[in-house]
Amino acid sequence: MEFLFEGFREGLLRALRADPAVMRAAGVTLQVSFAAILIAALAGLPAGYALAVARFRGRGLAIAVLQTLLGLPTVVIGLLLYGFLSRRGPLGFADLLFTPSAIVAGLVVLALPIVAVFGMTAVASVDARARETAWTLGASPARAAWTVVREARFGMVAAVLAAFGRVASEVGIAMMLGGNIEGYTRTLTTAIALESTRGEFGFGIALGAVLIAVIFATNLLSRWLQRS
Amino acid sequence: MILRAAVAALFLLGGLLPGPAGAAPGRLKLATTTSTANSGLLAWLHPPFEEKHGVEVHVIAVGTGKALRLGQNGDVDVVLVHAREAEERFVAEGHGVGRREVMYNDFVIAGPPEDPAGVRGMRDAAGALRRIAGRGALWFSRGDDSGTHKKEEALWRAAGLVPRGPWFRLLGQGMGKTLIAAEEKRAYTLSDRGTFAAFAAKEKISLALLAEGDERLFNPYGVIAVNPARHPGVNHELAAKYVEFLVSPEGQRRIGAFRMNGRQLFHPSAGRAPGN
Repeated sequence: MEFLFEGFREGLLRALRADPAVMRAAGVTLQVSFAAILIAALAGLPAGYALAVARFRGRGLAIAVLQTLLGLPTVVIGLLLYGFLSRRGPLGFADLLFTPSAIVAGLVVLALPIVAVFGMTAVASVDARARETAWTLGASPARAAWTVVREARFGMVAAVLAAFGRVASEVGIAMMLGGNIEGYTRTLTTAIALESTRGEFGFGIALGAVLIAVIFATNLLSRWLQRS
Repeated sequence: MILRAAVAALFLLGGLLPGPAGAAPGRLKLATTTSTANSGLLAWLHPPFEEKHGVEVHVIAVGTGKALRLGQNGDVDVVLVHAREAEERFVAEGHGVGRREVMYNDFVIAGPPEDPAGVRGMRDAAGALRRIAGRGALWFSRGDDSGTHKKEEALWRAAGLVPRGPWFRLLGQGMGKTLIAAEEKRAYTLSDRGTFAAFAAKEKISLALLAEGDERLFNPYGVIAVNPARHPGVNHELAAKYVEFLVSPEGQRRIGAFRMNGRQLFHPSAGRAPGN
């Protein structure tokens, strides 16, 4: 255990001294995660709301598909999108492979089902009477929707935060679509994977601690944002 | 409330902006093997090239098999790998152009210091493998279509054996992880000298270097530009400059001057006949 502790201490010191390589990896992690979460939330929360309150043909199938996608391995998402983004693939002309944008695309695929499914659950758990009351009090559909969303907001934020944690901590998509390019597409998780292949286990764990700190700070920020 | 909304918007939109490393003015995508990238050779080699041309070399470090695959699909501009037969096939099939020999090092057979199969000091690599197989001593194979794995398969063929049995394990891992696994399970394995030396010097492994020096353990590295006729999107102009740089006197000198823990890992070899 001592060898692990040594490397961990060394790595943590490096990270705390704001080692540029560690800072860049943390920056890339935050950049791609926030971008993916913004897109996933804008698409996924309305979709979750619609699935919770609307009744339409194929609703059950849509829910089943989304819930199944919760189990999609990140390495499969990476492989699938590689097929699209490779120069031989249908989107190859865009030259997106091995860029941060390619990672964002994969992370959106990962985050969308999480936001939609747990957003749906949050909305569905709001007492239906709240909406009906708003309605009977003469509120417009938009006004009634707003009432429901206000009631469901904590669940919706939790859905987004769960997706953020998943997105910031995954490694398969970032490795496959980003290529782990130093200072460009190297995230904290692909850096950890690299350190583990180099046998630098302690430093890898130190990077893991940095990642957890980043996720913790994001959660604190979201709590502060919700205190309205 | 407004302040909070502004902070939230700032953070989320910040993610959409290109980061400090944003879109590079010119970028050369290089697919290469973990042995060149993880040893620190490329970080030592690239700065003069990047400065001279005002570009960034983006290194994607994978096994040789995958690196060639990325080149074949046109996803990178140039490949630097070590598997001569596969490289020649790559060029013959029209995926790459202008292959040049860059440098070499060699492979070694590593194993537990107590050496249960008794191969210490052997020069004949195929003979050493036959002895390990004969004793049923544990052997860890990379099993990942890397240059090292391809070399190991050639050695088994040379030994006239098809390795099979509980003593023979295909790991599907990179060199570093294979060495760590061999360390934990007291197994023999084939390693490139650079990775073995790096792990041994930092005492990550206590495995011994048991057999070396067979000319079949020679490990040449070649650089190949991806064929622009097949993939018009590749940055061929820059790829050609990169190949030129590696084989230039300056590039060759830097390769020869690279030291890890005071030891030379790669030997420049571009003086030899091209395509050889």
